Amino acid sequence: MKDFSYLRAASAEEASRAAQQAGAMLLAGGTTLLDLAKCGVTEPDTVVDITRLAGLDTINVGEGGLTIGALATMSAVADHPEVKTQFPAIAQSLSLAASAQLRNMATIGGNLLQRTRCAYFRDPQAFPACNKRAPGSGCSALGGVTRNHAVLGTSEKCIATYPGDLAVALVAFDAVVDLGTRQVPVDDFFLPYGEAPERETLLQPGEIIRGITVPASVAARQSVYLKVRDRQSYEFAAASAAVGLELEADGRTVSDIHVALGGVATKPWRALAVEQALIGKALDADLVRSASRLSMEGAVSHGDNAYKIELAPRVVARAILQLAPSLGDLA
Amino acid sequence: MTRTIHLTLDINGQRHELDVEPRVTLLDALREHLGLTGTKKGCDQGQCGACTCHVDGKRVLSCLTLAAQAEGRQVTTIEGLAGPNGELHPVQSAFIEHDAFQCGYCTPGQIMSAVACIREGHAGSDEEIREYMSGNLCRCGAYNSIVTAVREAAEMA
Repeated sequence: MKDFSYLRAASAEEASRAAQQAGAMLLAGGTTLLDLAKCGVTEPDTVVDITRLAGLDTINVGEGGLTIGALATMSAVADHPEVKTQFPAIAQSLSLAASAQLRNMATIGGNLLQRTRCAYFRDPQAFPACNKRAPGSGCSALGGVTRNHAVLGTSEKCIATYPGDLAVALVAFDAVVDLGTRQVPVDDFFLPYGEAPERETLLQPGEIIRGITVPASVAARQSVYLKVRDRQSYEFAAASAAVGLELEADGRTVSDIHVALGGVATKPWRALAVEQALIGKALDADLVRSASRLSMEGAVSHGDNAYKIELAPRVVARAILQLAPSLGDLA
Repeated sequence: MTRTIHLTLDINGQRHELDVEPRVTLLDALREHLGLTGTKKGCDQGQCGACTCHVDGKRVLSCLTLAAQAEGRQVTTIEGLAGPNGELHPVQSAFIEHDAFQCGYCTPGQIMSAVACIREGHAGSDEEIREYMSGNLCRCGAYNSIVTAVREAAEMA
């Protein structure tokens, strides 16, 4: 790991000023920054420690919804009693991610900014070509081992999967990122890869995530995060779904539904087509399964990851059916 | 251009002064600068849990924590777990009782993680112990005995 200078910011303003300097990077939990510094992927000149900034680690559940400070840890949010009951998909997305130690360290703001687990991106010595690390250098993943790569939102320049779980739940429930001077929907915060895979978020130099708000809704209260992976714990998603469902009094007709996918796309992926196909309809298992297939519209296989196109809609369908117990054992 | 920073760290209730490069992790500060080699370096990349220690009572990975981040916090390592007269912590005793290791390399991390796991209230069943101890890998595969040791220590706590 290349050496750097260390600055412990005393205020958000000082941190913001320092972070605008070339080569400066913010340190919150440090779990991504130090990992990638050891891989040689990031080489900061200055590390700006923002962990001592006051007032940014609060968690509030009120009538309007959930507000989380950027420095709240993953474990604090995952174990928060009201988050667990009012926003179960969000609590579950966090408790099913990483390990207990990492969840004690990693912050909510930093969690959004975690980088892809693409093995080519993470190994600059063996694979110099990476449009995310070095724009224009090419993509080593194309034609390589692509089992964990994305099938949605890819371009000819990059097929790296967005690895996070929390952001998937946030996108499903219309969360907003507070950047201090502006508020951005989480869905817009993450940029589609397109021509510039090196640019992953709307964040400008010096901008610091202050927090996240999630509006309250019946669907958010009746929600689930379903994560399917190669091992039972401490693993990234092969495919995951955040789903919230509100049914009419008949227990079958959909009045509100939210669906987002993880582990299959280059950014947290809202599945509006699935939602539109089910809203106002009386659920049955066949309808749920056919609607869930719409989540894969535009999906592109790169060989090894073709299974995700089959797996992800099943994960979506299973999550929806879990939330509709009146349908009996159809799940 | 080696620029060092001066740090004061509180480790196992003792104050330590040291001058280190800013990039030095808590793990390297413990092992290489302070001679506290009980905390082990496995992957050094946050994947194996061998370097687990407690910062302000919470289990963290010392390989992904800068020593500078630990300033002003209370750090506890495996060396700080036993009582003042050397009496073992109940989790340490349970690991011996149930032979919860083979080569022993992951053991300090397993024990630090287990102590926190029990304190967090995440050791209520074997399934829960397996889930909340999943950040500690054991290449010898002593998992069954580790779960037994953690469960028994949790029942006695």
